[in-house]
Amino acid sequence: MHVPDGFLDISTSVATGAVAAAGVGLALHRARRELDDRAVPLPGLVATFVFAAQMLNFPVGAGTSGHLLGGALAAVLVGPATAVLCLSVVLLVQCLLFADGGVTAIGTNITLMGMVAVVGASVVFWVLQSLLPKREGLVAPIAAVAAYASVLLTSVVFVALYAVGGTAPVPLDTLTTAMLGWHALIGIGEAVITGLVVASIVAVRPDLVHGARRVLKSRPVEIRTPGAPPAQEVAA
Amino acid sequence: MGAGHGHRLHYHGHSPIHRARPELKLLALLGFVLTVVATPIAWRPAFVGYLAALLVVVALSDVPATYLLKRMVVEVPFLVFAALLPFVSHGPRTDVLGVTVSEPGLAAAVGLAVKATLGVLASLTLASTTEPRDLLVGLERLRVPQQLVQIMSFMVRYLDVVGDELRRMRIALASRGFTARDPRHWPVIGRSAGALFIRSYERGERVHLAMVSRGYTGERQP
Repeated sequence: MHVPDGFLDISTSVATGAVAAAGVGLALHRARRELDDRAVPLPGLVATFVFAAQMLNFPVGAGTSGHLLGGALAAVLVGPATAVLCLSVVLLVQCLLFADGGVTAIGTNITLMGMVAVVGASVVFWVLQSLLPKREGLVAPIAAVAAYASVLLTSVVFVALYAVGGTAPVPLDTLTTAMLGWHALIGIGEAVITGLVVASIVAVRPDLVHGARRVLKSRPVEIRTPGAPPAQEVAA
Repeated sequence: MGAGHGHRLHYHGHSPIHRARPELKLLALLGFVLTVVATPIAWRPAFVGYLAALLVVVALSDVPATYLLKRMVVEVPFLVFAALLPFVSHGPRTDVLGVTVSEPGLAAAVGLAVKATLGVLASLTLASTTEPRDLLVGLERLRVPQQLVQIMSFMVRYLDVVGDELRRMRIALASRGFTARDPRHWPVIGRSAGALFIRSYERGERVHLAMVSRGYTGERQP
């Protein structure tokens, strides 16, 4: 959900704008170091993917459907720094080209969906991966848990921002219950979809999944000399 | 959650608003919305003034009003939220059309609806009068980090390519009799998204190699 103009007061919007600018600056710096001169085309295409993935509708039943937010998915697929960049660019484009999300709320939106969701998911993912056995098959379930945690964390931070700079006198306990309850449901969808997408990519191109790097078995190149019988070739 | 973004908003034209420098339009939009958000909701005449100013710009831009009105649906989720506010807020109660609601909640709801509507209308006016390419030039002139603008320009350039890829996948699924109805169909959609990621990523690598082979070094050429 994109925060519109007028939802948070001006000082909170400016403060989150400063946080977002600092975060994006840090992400730019780190992405340049990680990706070198690929730092433009790759985040560009991954951002386009996130944008397109948000257009995929997942039917919930009874005619309603939901869509992916993509913060955790991007974090697991391309790593936190690049993911922050991708999500920020997606939010900027949605704000300026599609009028979705307020112009003054762009800092809030980037902070919530671009940074809190991505960094939260990355931390949860990293901790769980460190604790659990290093197996390729566990990457997708851990990604799902990280996605669930990131949705809940984002809604908690949203409530906190609202407590600081909200413009309507909604009792905080009502808002907290409503937001957490609602996002506990949305989070299930986000978790299942993130898990399914990550599982399908790990199955065919595990080398592309940033979050699978630590658990990927090393696959040495096998050199076969012509003439000599191949060591372990399966008859085709 | 917002609706999907199926199409761009740009409306072709040659009005003074279309021809204005993009960085000025961006600054004007930011200044306008900041002013609107900073204005206390009790100053009603000010909001009438903002709306009038905005309508003058819309009239100057030659973009049909119906074109903009139809695209204001992105705002609907917030209006629903605003409509709920009077019922969940605390404070003194008041009667509206026979229903008891919270007075400050009602004021906040009206404020949110008015400010969000002005914001969306102003953003729509910018988006419908400015080519995405010009918008990026404007951002660059406003000293937005060049790398960020370049990533945005990639996204804008490949939006339709990746979107079409997604559309072809959907057609391929539909032509094999697939209709997504409930969560049992999620694995299929999940695999489509996975395939889309691999194709996007590999396209990114190919584009990068093509750029390198044409002399790209990470710096934007003048």
